Amino acid sequence: MTTSNTVEDSPPKARRPRLATLLGRQPLGIVFAAPYAVFLVAIFAYPLGLAVWISFHDYFFAAPGAQVDRPFVGFDNYISVLSDAAVRRSFVNVAKFLVINVPLTVVLSLVLATLLDNAVRARGFLRVSYYIPYVTSSVALVAVWLFLFGMAGLVNQLLGPLAPDPSWLVNGGLAMPVIALFVTWKQLGFSILLYLAALQNVPKELHEAASVDGASRFGSFMNVTVPGVRPATVLVVILATITGANLFTEPYLLTNGGGPDGASTSPVFVMYQKGIEQGTPDVAAAIGVILVIAVLIISFINKRLLESD
Amino acid sequence: MSTADSQSTDVPVTETDSPSARKGIGHWLGLAALFLGALVFLFPFYYMVVGSLQAKPDTSLRGAFPTSGFTLDNYSQINDRVDLARSLVNSGIFTGGVILGTVVFGILAGYALARLHFRGRDALFAMMLLVLIVPFQLLIIPIYVMIVRTYGLADSYLGIILPFAINSTAVFVFRQFFLQLPEELFDAARLDGASEVRILWSVALPLVKPALLTAILLTFIGPWNEFLWPFLVTKDTGLQPLAVTLANYISNVAGRATNPQGAILAGAVVLAAPAVALFVAFQRHFTASNLGSGVKG
Repeated sequence: MTTSNTVEDSPPKARRPRLATLLGRQPLGIVFAAPYAVFLVAIFAYPLGLAVWISFHDYFFAAPGAQVDRPFVGFDNYISVLSDAAVRRSFVNVAKFLVINVPLTVVLSLVLATLLDNAVRARGFLRVSYYIPYVTSSVALVAVWLFLFGMAGLVNQLLGPLAPDPSWLVNGGLAMPVIALFVTWKQLGFSILLYLAALQNVPKELHEAASVDGASRFGSFMNVTVPGVRPATVLVVILATITGANLFTEPYLLTNGGGPDGASTSPVFVMYQKGIEQGTPDVAAAIGVILVIAVLIISFINKRLLESD
Repeated sequence: MSTADSQSTDVPVTETDSPSARKGIGHWLGLAALFLGALVFLFPFYYMVVGSLQAKPDTSLRGAFPTSGFTLDNYSQINDRVDLARSLVNSGIFTGGVILGTVVFGILAGYALARLHFRGRDALFAMMLLVLIVPFQLLIIPIYVMIVRTYGLADSYLGIILPFAINSTAVFVFRQFFLQLPEELFDAARLDGASEVRILWSVALPLVKPALLTAILLTFIGPWNEFLWPFLVTKDTGLQPLAVTLANYISNVAGRATNPQGAILAGAVVLAAPAVALFVAFQRHFTASNLGSGVKG
């Protein structure tokens, strides 16, 4: 992402220079940005702080306005989170999800974007086809997949005797891979979009030079395209990680509550169970804090790894 | 929908010097792969519509391509169980509220972040980037505590809208677009004595109209498709958006309908149709360059 501010520094125009040093050259900007700043503090910064606070206290829901004692408990909530098999399982599930989803997303979207970039015919139709799952509600799409991958669904009908037993969504080994496949399909359009933009920055001359040097189409793809779109790859991998950390609708609806037997739970789903259903928001907040830290660390490592070599 | 248009906004294809111009076997194989992939991508949508029109579920391969037995019964079935009109209105209010907040406050913030020098701008920009990385879902517990427990906004439109009121991705897109406008434009307007409000309204905004459309489209799909938050914050079915009422129908009462598969798919069609229709209508604006060239750095 471009983070630099490219606004040129023009000579100061403010009539009150002292005020200008205090508030900036155009203090009206503070007024313009204030609603958004207040929104970010109220809906992001404050809740982030509150999450950390809740996670270090014995927190429970009480009637509004009631004065209750919520003692500081140190790392107790974190210890109970990390020693909880259900929570650990949800993290392992997300790891499985990422192992399938990330490589599949990167490879498929880069290949499809490269092909789309070269296709002249029917580009509009093809682009719409690949973007459409991205703009559609997960709930609506899960409804179709429930029937496609159901016990007597079309997929099993096609496979006949090869159909897995137990069926996809109730099979402990297959539930998470099906979710990973579903999310890859649903989100692939956005990665294709990012790669299509990045491909415009790969100079065509490089491909020509490679082909003059006798490189094959595949060789030119590996040696010119892949390194050329690295910034987009960083973004695609980070976005896939974030999507993985976010999973809720799919385990809730597609595998009927993270089933079978917790094989497809996700951390956000466990947060929902513990925080809202079982009334232990302190434990759930601790899971949230761990996830936020994990997402930030993984994003940072991804960026470093993919940009360094 | 015109392919020529999407090319001009997205990619200038130079037919003479691109390798594809040679139209080798590889080119046709690539095109075949693209169409095959598109077929796989579109099939679930086709299956959704066909299933919603079938009197009896037929999950065999032949059942996917029926020639008779079409009916709209499933739509009245789902409408008996889930108040479709009410749910659609709720989805509309949720989405409309978010779009209104994003357009009004998001444009102001995007303009300020791109074009105005004021104290705290860099801090605000850094916080915006952080919000784009840390997903809302991870803060669901404290936000639930705040909105439902502290402010008592459960089962209210305000409670549903509030956490989504200004879409940060849209603010980012607005900022990128205002940044791309030439600085001389602003200098000239300021020399003429135009106020910042007037510059934004009469100079900058008309120039970024296409971006506005893209950002609104992008903002639309968020709340329209959102499930987790409205699901948590509403117990009153009269206030639930369609994504929530349909999900509840899928997980609770599907067993009681005579053709649950048809009814669920009919609900899915109603939920998917507005977003898909809007997207198809405006798809040529939906390009990465219109989304603020976020990856070109």
